[in-house]
Amino acid sequence: MTLDSKVPSGPLAQKWDKHRFDMKLVNPANKRKFDVIVVGTGLAGASAAASMAELGYNVKAFCFQDSPRRAHSIAAQGGINAAKNYQNDGDSIQRLFYDTIKGGDFRAREANVYRLAQVSVNIIDQCVAQGVPFAREYGGMLTNRSFGGAQVSRTFYARGQTGQQLLLGAYQALSRQIGLGKVKMFPRTEMLDVVLIDGHAKGIVVRNLVTGEISTHAADAVVLATGGYGNVFYLSTNARNCNVSATWRAFKKGAAFANPCYTQIHPTCIPVSGEHQSKLTLMSESLRNDGRVWVPKKAGDNRPAAQIPDSDRDYFLERKYPSFGNLAPRDISSRAAKEACDAGRGVGPGGLGVYLDFADAIKRLSENTVRERYGNLFDMYERITGDNAYQMPMRIFPAVHYTMGGTWVDYNLMSTIPGLFVLGEANFSDHGANRLGASALMQGLADGYFILPYTIGNYFASSKTSKPDLSRPEFKAALESIQSKTRQLLSIKGKRTVSSFHRELGRLLWEKCGMARNEKGLKEALAKIPELREEFWKNVAVPGGGAEMNQTLEHAGRVADYLEFAELLCLDALTRKESCGGHFRTEFQTEDGEALRDDDHYAFVSAWSYKGEGKTPELIQEPLVYEEVHMSQRSYK
Amino acid sequence: MNLTLKVWRQKDGASQGQMATYEARDINPDMSFLEMLDVVNETLITKGEDPIAFDSDCREGICGACSLVINGVAHGGHRGTTACQLHMRHFKEGETITVEPWRARAFPIVKDLVSDRGAFDRIIQAGGFVSVNTGGTVDANCLPVAKTDSDEAMDAAQCIGCGACVAACKNASAMLFVSAKISHLAILPQGKPERDRRALSMVRTMDEEGFGNCTVTGSCEAVCPKEISLDFIGRLNREYGKAILKNRIERQGGD
Repeated sequence: MTLDSKVPSGPLAQKWDKHRFDMKLVNPANKRKFDVIVVGTGLAGASAAASMAELGYNVKAFCFQDSPRRAHSIAAQGGINAAKNYQNDGDSIQRLFYDTIKGGDFRAREANVYRLAQVSVNIIDQCVAQGVPFAREYGGMLTNRSFGGAQVSRTFYARGQTGQQLLLGAYQALSRQIGLGKVKMFPRTEMLDVVLIDGHAKGIVVRNLVTGEISTHAADAVVLATGGYGNVFYLSTNARNCNVSATWRAFKKGAAFANPCYTQIHPTCIPVSGEHQSKLTLMSESLRNDGRVWVPKKAGDNRPAAQIPDSDRDYFLERKYPSFGNLAPRDISSRAAKEACDAGRGVGPGGLGVYLDFADAIKRLSENTVRERYGNLFDMYERITGDNAYQMPMRIFPAVHYTMGGTWVDYNLMSTIPGLFVLGEANFSDHGANRLGASALMQGLADGYFILPYTIGNYFASSKTSKPDLSRPEFKAALESIQSKTRQLLSIKGKRTVSSFHRELGRLLWEKCGMARNEKGLKEALAKIPELREEFWKNVAVPGGGAEMNQTLEHAGRVADYLEFAELLCLDALTRKESCGGHFRTEFQTEDGEALRDDDHYAFVSAWSYKGEGKTPELIQEPLVYEEVHMSQRSYK
Repeated sequence: MNLTLKVWRQKDGASQGQMATYEARDINPDMSFLEMLDVVNETLITKGEDPIAFDSDCREGICGACSLVINGVAHGGHRGTTACQLHMRHFKEGETITVEPWRARAFPIVKDLVSDRGAFDRIIQAGGFVSVNTGGTVDANCLPVAKTDSDEAMDAAQCIGCGACVAACKNASAMLFVSAKISHLAILPQGKPERDRRALSMVRTMDEEGFGNCTVTGSCEAVCPKEISLDFIGRLNREYGKAILKNRIERQGGD
């Protein structure tokens, strides 16, 4: 297999315009002759489904939640970036582009990132027109806040619920099209396979989560907007049901998977409270605008925070990264917190936590101002921990949050399977090895509102493939294969619960392939994962039947995929012998402990291609060629 | 902690349900209510029994999936808190806790504690949006919006669509949910052009779906995890009343 990124020629700033002109169009009257399947209804999926329906395509949208409004984009708190330069502080498309490339540690595809920065401004216009209630100044204009990895204020927000408001905007646009009959919505329906006809993606296999019925759907193209794979770690800030199954099953049908080792650990989450923990809760990065991160200077200093004088505190981010301070990017802040805890200076139970302190902000701004900015986050913190963060510092610890890796896509967002498009967190395209805060919402909506609706038309207009046809034998074969896998899971009747396997896999990955990785640990993980997988298929307990609502069966199917995917994650981490962004190999660091990139040998995208059951996937490299940007060491000092 | 649970079990929508009793042992007070149910389910699975089905996803109070009536109160009765954010430290050692699904004609039960809230989606599909296509919009700062309006719209817009308001109401009224969306969009200039049509259409769908009338007792506001104010129902009534008076019922559909 070879990879063609299909990046247009010409100067960087003109590539997207040129490409839009060069792409073939589908005549408005002909659009209604094309059916599109969209899986996932988060920001990317809902915006894509709505926009394509507006253009005239017939859309079938699928989500496993009971309503498209519940996709996990809803939980994004802090904001969305856009190069509007409303604050007159020197922002521009070029600057947002550069910040994103640099934030991604020079491991993203330049042309995609530039296009993302270009369309960022349209996203804000679109959302405001839909009635998204972004925060405003008294004069009626939109206001901004600053976020990690940037020295300008370009983040638009709606209190601490920006993801919710943007998703509801996209959900409402989608709902309008459902009402008009242009989108047929299938909630509580989980995708279990992609169906290929003559090498093109022409349909999917799904399970109705209420009745258990497994069925097939055909279309002219399939769009996956199914999110990231952070839950492979069991504990993450992802929703309970987020999973890798859609992109993993597409991988096994031929869609290359890129850079799985680029996982983002978010520095500000509420620490784990015990074995029972089912998920971790993020405290928005925006808190670092006013909160100061510190630990005691001396290891084992057990005094309550208030009794530790300033002189005995180490504000380690301000000390190590004076120009970005508490707003250093996520990967760097997380590692700094881990370092402090590893040195025995962590706070709280088990020493797994650092303080995020608002005392100075309250003194400077008043408690009311802090409440206005972050009130809902302080409330959430108190609900979970029982502590009042106006009176004592929050305790935070890094947690898995986002995955930069994903299905490999070209400039048109099409995977290595023709007709299979992948959007949002599910693809690998724009964030390189580390994503900046407030950029996930931007990418999801850019892909769905402003990129896919153009590029999918080009696919329809230029590829002459057969019309979708459910009577083709490929559909029956895919259906039977999924039915048999479901029967197998139900027939094991073992002794161990699905969750216990998931928890064990997660702990293994967190220890061996988490914030810091090395060859020895990764090899241990690679030896252990197949054993665990074997035990799973012999000893997992899945009560109930297939023809009913069966939440254990749903979870079992997802964990079965994690147990395969985890191996690819570790293999990718082992193969990439450098440190970059969210991928930190302890063997490759500078003298002062910063990530040491190796541009001579590793300036490429690692795309993995499936070679069959039990075989090692093949690594295919897409070289990263920078026309505009000069690769430099990423410094936030 | 050790607790006794009385939980509604129902095989599917067509079957009869009943309360069943379970023991929850060694519960850590730092667990959330749903994590406590996870522990009970783990025990049931190990015994080869069918675990208790319930909806949950984000587990941080924003997706609106969780939908439990705990000790007779939707989401368990802690102000501004969904069941997933309710922690066991609020319960007493040895307590007996009842857990039931949302109960309303418009929210049929799917299994155990899982109900079908598709009616809410259909109300939004009837008009809970601004009819604007992707692209071709003006610059976001073209139209100033007073901060007070923007803030009030946000107060309404933060509804998570969980349905607790319906579950708490003895008439199973969806007025708080509908009023939140109507208010959010009617307050903002972008939503004003189609406010009459929206109010008429959403209210008509709300009635068709089988939700009851407002009781004016405010039980919805009391259980709302986002503390959506009853004042918005007043606004809904005004919006609907004005739309009726203007009698501007437009044909549905079409751009």
